[in-house]
Amino acid sequence: MSTESNILFGIYCPPHPHPLLAPDLNQGYRNLRSAYDTLKTRIEESGADIILLYSTTWPSIVGHQIQAHPEPEWTHVDDDFHFLGSMPYKFKIDSEFSNAYKEAAENRGLHSRTVAYEGFPIDTGSIVALSLLNPDNKIPACIVSSNMYSNRSETIVLGKAARDALAKQGKKAVIVVVASLSNRMFTEHIEPSEDRIHSPKDDEWNRKILEFFDNGRLEDLSQLSRDIHGQIRIQKVAAYKPVWWMAATMGQHNNYNGEILAYEALHGSGGAVIQLTPSDESIGDKEFDEDDVEYYRGDRNVLGQGAL
Amino acid sequence: MEKGRIVLGCLAPHPPHLVYAENPEQNEPFSEGGWETLRWGYNRLARKLKNIDYDVMVIFTPHWATYIGTHFLGLPSFNSLSVDPIFPNIFRYKYDLRVDVELAEAMEKSAADAGIITKMMRNPDFRIDYGTITSCHMLNPEWNKPIITISSNRNSHYYSGEVMNEQSSALGEACLKAIEESGKKVVLVSSNSLSHRHFVTESPLPEDMSREHIYNHSQYVWDMKIVGMMRDGKMREVIDIMPEYAEQTIAETEAGGLTWMMAAMGFPKYPAEIYGYQSVIGTGNAIVAWDPNSATREIVL
Ligand SMILES: [Fe+2]
Repeated sequence: MSTESNILFGIYCPPHPHPLLAPDLNQGYRNLRSAYDTLKTRIEESGADIILLYSTTWPSIVGHQIQAHPEPEWTHVDDDFHFLGSMPYKFKIDSEFSNAYKEAAENRGLHSRTVAYEGFPIDTGSIVALSLLNPDNKIPACIVSSNMYSNRSETIVLGKAARDALAKQGKKAVIVVVASLSNRMFTEHIEPSEDRIHSPKDDEWNRKILEFFDNGRLEDLSQLSRDIHGQIRIQKVAAYKPVWWMAATMGQHNNYNGEILAYEALHGSGGAVIQLTPSDESIGDKEFDEDDVEYYRGDRNVLGQGAL
Repeated sequence: MEKGRIVLGCLAPHPPHLVYAENPEQNEPFSEGGWETLRWGYNRLARKLKNIDYDVMVIFTPHWATYIGTHFLGLPSFNSLSVDPIFPNIFRYKYDLRVDVELAEAMEKSAADAGIITKMMRNPDFRIDYGTITSCHMLNPEWNKPIITISSNRNSHYYSGEVMNEQSSALGEACLKAIEESGKKVVLVSSNSLSHRHFVTESPLPEDMSREHIYNHSQYVWDMKIVGMMRDGKMREVIDIMPEYAEQTIAETEAGGLTWMMAAMGFPKYPAEIYGYQSVIGTGNAIVAWDPNSATREIVL
C-alpha cells in the first residue's frame, strides 16, 4: 500500500437537494449552501487533479460500480422531492481514473465494474454535491457506488483501492463523501420554516460525531461506525459505511484538521458540510479492536463449513 | 354508474433480466434469452389479460421508494429512457406510456381522507422506474392501456414490518374505495420478487443459465411455503407472516405491494393461479394471479 497520501482534503456533505434547488426556503438550507460555496472556492484553489465521490445514494448490488462516462448528461428528478424542481446536469468524468480505480479494486479482490451509458441515472446525492462543489466542471470527477450488502472489510478495501489508483496515476484529489449524519426524515410534509433534526437523540449523536470531526479524529469515527449505524441510521443497508471509506481513502489515523462549515436539518435528517485536511497533529488515539484489512476474500461461508 | 371493481390481481416480479431476455425493440442491449420459466409464465398471463376487459393497470413499485408518504403519478404521459442503476448493462429501455390521472387523483384523495400521507407527482422530467416498466411490459407488451404507478413508502425501514402491513392495508382499502367510485375495471399489480438476496457478482454473460440458482436453500424453502399458501387460498395468513418472512429472506414484499394488493382484494380465500417460479441472480420470483371471477379462474400450474 502507498504510504504517501495523494489526498489534499476530504469533504463530508449531505445528499438532499434543498441547498441546490431551494436554498432560500429557510436559513438552514442557506447556511448549507454557503458552506458548499466556500468549499467550491477552496477546491478551485487547491490544485486538485480530480474530485472523487463516494455516494450513499448510489446503491449497487453487482460489486462496486464506478461512473466512467466522459460527459454524463441528463435531467434528474428526486423520488421524494420532485416538487422542488428538476436537476439538469452535465459533468466531466475522468474515465481514465475510473478504469484505474476498477483495476485497483480488482487487484484487492473486489468485484467491480465501470458504467458508461447514455442516460444512466446518476443519484441525487452525487448530482447535488458535484453541481454545488464543481459547477463549471473545472476539475474532472469520478463517482463510486455504495454496495448494499458490503460491510466493513469490503468498504475499507474499496477505500484503499482508491488510494492505490490515485498513487499509480500520481493525481492529487479532493475526496467527497455524500451522506447524511442521522438519516431519519419526517415521514410527513412539513413547512420548511419548521424543519429541525428529527429527535433530540439524533441531534445529540450528530453533535458528538461533529466533535470528533472537528478534532480530526477520523479513524476514531471509523471505529465508531457500527455504533452510529445502530443509533441514528435507518436500517436500509448492512452498515454505516461512509466513514470507513473516507478513512481508508484518506489514511486510517487521527491526524487531521477538522472544520464544520454547517450543520442543519434537511427534512429532519442531519446535514453537515465538513472539511478534513491532513495534518501532523494527532488526538484521541483509541485502542482499536477491529482488524485492518488489505485484501477482500469474500464471505467466509461459516454456515457451509458447519454443514454435515 | 356501475360500481368499479378489481378484475385481476397480479404478483409481477420485475428483474430487468426478463425484459432483456425477451429482446423487445424498446430495449437496447441484446440477449441470447434466459429465464424461460418466468418469461413463459408471464407470456401465458399476458394472454389471459388480453381476454379480460379492463380500463387501467395500477402498479405498486418498490423502485420508486419514498420516505415522505405515498406518491402517485400525476401527469397524463411520460416518455423517456429508463436505465437500470443496478443492471445498466442489460436494461436501457425507451418507454412511452399513458397515465389515468383521474383515477390516480381519486386514489390519492381517498388515501388522504383515510389519514395516509400522500403526494401527487407532477414533475414532467420524472423518470419512470424500471420496476413499473418491467412488470407492465411483461404483462402488456403492447402498452395499450393507461397505468398508474404508486410509490412504495418505506415503512419497513422506518418502523417495522408490522407497521408496513397496517399502512399498506389501509392504502389498499382506500384505493379500492376510489376504484369502486370510479366505475372502472382495474388490474392491480404488485411488482416484486419473493426472497430477495442477490449474488453480488455476475457472470460475463448474464443469461448464462448454467450459473443461475437460488441464493441458498433456506430462501427456497420459505418461498415454497409462501407459494403453497397462495395455492391454498390462505392470503390472510400469508400477509400475517409477512414480517417474519421478510426478515428471514429479506423478501421484496417488505416494500408493501403484496399487502396493498391483498387488502384491496379482501385477502382472497380462493386459490391463486401460479404461472411460474424461478431465481434471477439468486432472488426468488413467482408470477401469480388472483382472479375474483370463479368462472374464469384456472389451475395453471
Ligand atoms: Fe426490485
